[in-house]
Amino acid sequence: MTSEPHDRDVLTAFEGDLPGTVTPSALRRRIKRYLPALVLAFLVLVAWEVLVRVFNVQEFILAKPSEIYATFLDEFDTVVEAGWTTLREAVLGLVLGTLFGVLAALATARWSGIREGVMPFAVAANSIPILALAPIANQWFGLTSLTAKAAVVAVIVFFPVMINTVRGLTEVDAGELELMRALAAPPRDVVTRVRLPNALPYFFSALKVAAALAVIGAIVAEYFGGRTASLGFYITQQAGAFKFAEAWSGIIVGSVLGIAIYAFVLGLERWAMPWHVSLRAADDR
Amino acid sequence: MSAVEIRGVGKTFGRGAGVVEALQNINLSIETGEFVSLIGPSGCGKSTLLRLVGDLLAPSTGTLTVGGKTPHAAREDRDYGMVFQKATLLDWRTVRRNVELPLEIMGIDGEERQSRAAEMLALVGLSEFAGHYPWQLSGGMQQRVAIARALSFEPSLLLMDEPFGALDEMTREAMQDELLRIWERTKRTVIFVTHSIPEAVFLSQRVAVMSRRPGRISRVVDVGLPYPRDEDTREDQGFYDKITEVREALREHE
Ligand SMILES: Nc1ncnc2c1ncn2[C@@H]1O[C@H](COP(=O)(O)OP(=O)(O)OP(=O)(O)O)[C@@H](O)[C@H]1O
Ligand SMILES: [Mg+2]
Repeated sequence: MTSEPHDRDVLTAFEGDLPGTVTPSALRRRIKRYLPALVLAFLVLVAWEVLVRVFNVQEFILAKPSEIYATFLDEFDTVVEAGWTTLREAVLGLVLGTLFGVLAALATARWSGIREGVMPFAVAANSIPILALAPIANQWFGLTSLTAKAAVVAVIVFFPVMINTVRGLTEVDAGELELMRALAAPPRDVVTRVRLPNALPYFFSALKVAAALAVIGAIVAEYFGGRTASLGFYITQQAGAFKFAEAWSGIIVGSVLGIAIYAFVLGLERWAMPWHVSLRAADDR
Repeated sequence: MSAVEIRGVGKTFGRGAGVVEALQNINLSIETGEFVSLIGPSGCGKSTLLRLVGDLLAPSTGTLTVGGKTPHAAREDRDYGMVFQKATLLDWRTVRRNVELPLEIMGIDGEERQSRAAEMLALVGLSEFAGHYPWQLSGGMQQRVAIARALSFEPSLLLMDEPFGALDEMTREAMQDELLRIWERTKRTVIFVTHSIPEAVFLSQRVAVMSRRPGRISRVVDVGLPYPRDEDTREDQGFYDKITEVREALREHE
């Protein structure tokens, strides 16, 4: 984020909408923006259906969308119950990982001694496959405990959130720090009025990645064993029995969970950074 | 008592092979209520000199006093308001809240803050933009917000680093008129950095002409035109004479 004005932003600043308002024209624009994606999704489903029928692909290899949909409705109660378990693990892990990630970032950014010691370690830890810890967490917390999966998710979420938040707290415009110094601002004001707001975009870009990782992490952790009513367990069981339509039903629920959590984080971001909304809207176009 | 006293000040950046002597033996004494401009080629150390006065940098040699105090004490007492060369507005604050920033830090309560910010925004002609975010403003408008912010807490000394550099000629002249009105009304001390010779002459009582490598004050021109200065001043023969004098002083030391 820079304070340099973008020509495009300045040009669109006055004809567009103020942050936070949804006018009919904005709504129309939004629909227009998502329309291509919806059309594409529809076309992919149709092509899938047609190809499976035309080439007469066996059901135990690739199920038809229409079949998956029918199975999904049949299995609805089961997959939703499984999804509920997975959702709780993912959200618990996401919340804990974010909380500890931010606390660690605040401590790390505050003391440069800690920063120099911790950051290389954190960056390295961020690139190891933390999911490999899942079997160990299962042993520690018990195979069927929510905590085992949430712990794995929390560790996955922790590192990107911490690393990005540290960057946001420390990569502050030198001019802004000079301004605060000229105003003889006490350190507390520098943190609350410059460093924290500066860190918000960094934090949210990590949180959006973490939100997607949380659901993936929870499901994959369940692949190593977990409650009967959990998505990972359900999907492995059904796929193992060549019941692909059932497995796909589980995957649908997993996708919905991932998208829902992501959308929630997106909404949170817009709420927390009203100054940023229109900027991003202009960038997206 | 002089508002700013600069004695034998030098500033060197870096060390070893990369050493840059930005300023050498600067001497300047500025009276309380005086309007002084600094003019000189790019890189001659104008911004550096303002930073030394504002205790944002420490001098390598010599001493400075601001209102009889050390620059550090003056900064702690918030005796000066600085307008930086770059507007430096906080992206996450609206225009109004950017202007309120110094007042918030000083612990002034909400209502007083709002009324002062509104007053300052009216002064720089940006009342309608109070609720906008910085990225919604042009460069010149951003700089005017920075001026409003520096004035908001009524410091006795204004340090202005090319505040009108980003403005078109018409707005620039209007802002100059406005600045002189504020100055004549409140009798603050102003140190004003500019690249524009007519601007320096129009505004100031004295123009300190600087030369480069190392940065020195080569000449101080007394303008001596009467205030209030207005459109007639801009067309006055005396005004042109002073412009010529400053231009020649600048050329002499190139
Ligand atoms: N923080 C710094 N570290 C190293 N060198 C610096 C620093 N600040 C300024 N300088 C050097 O000091 C010299 C004077 O810089 P300064 O910014 O004061 O010039 P200026 O007169 O304000 O120029 P301009 O008119 O372009 O703004 C330049 O040669 C610059 O490279
Ligand atoms: Mg400069």
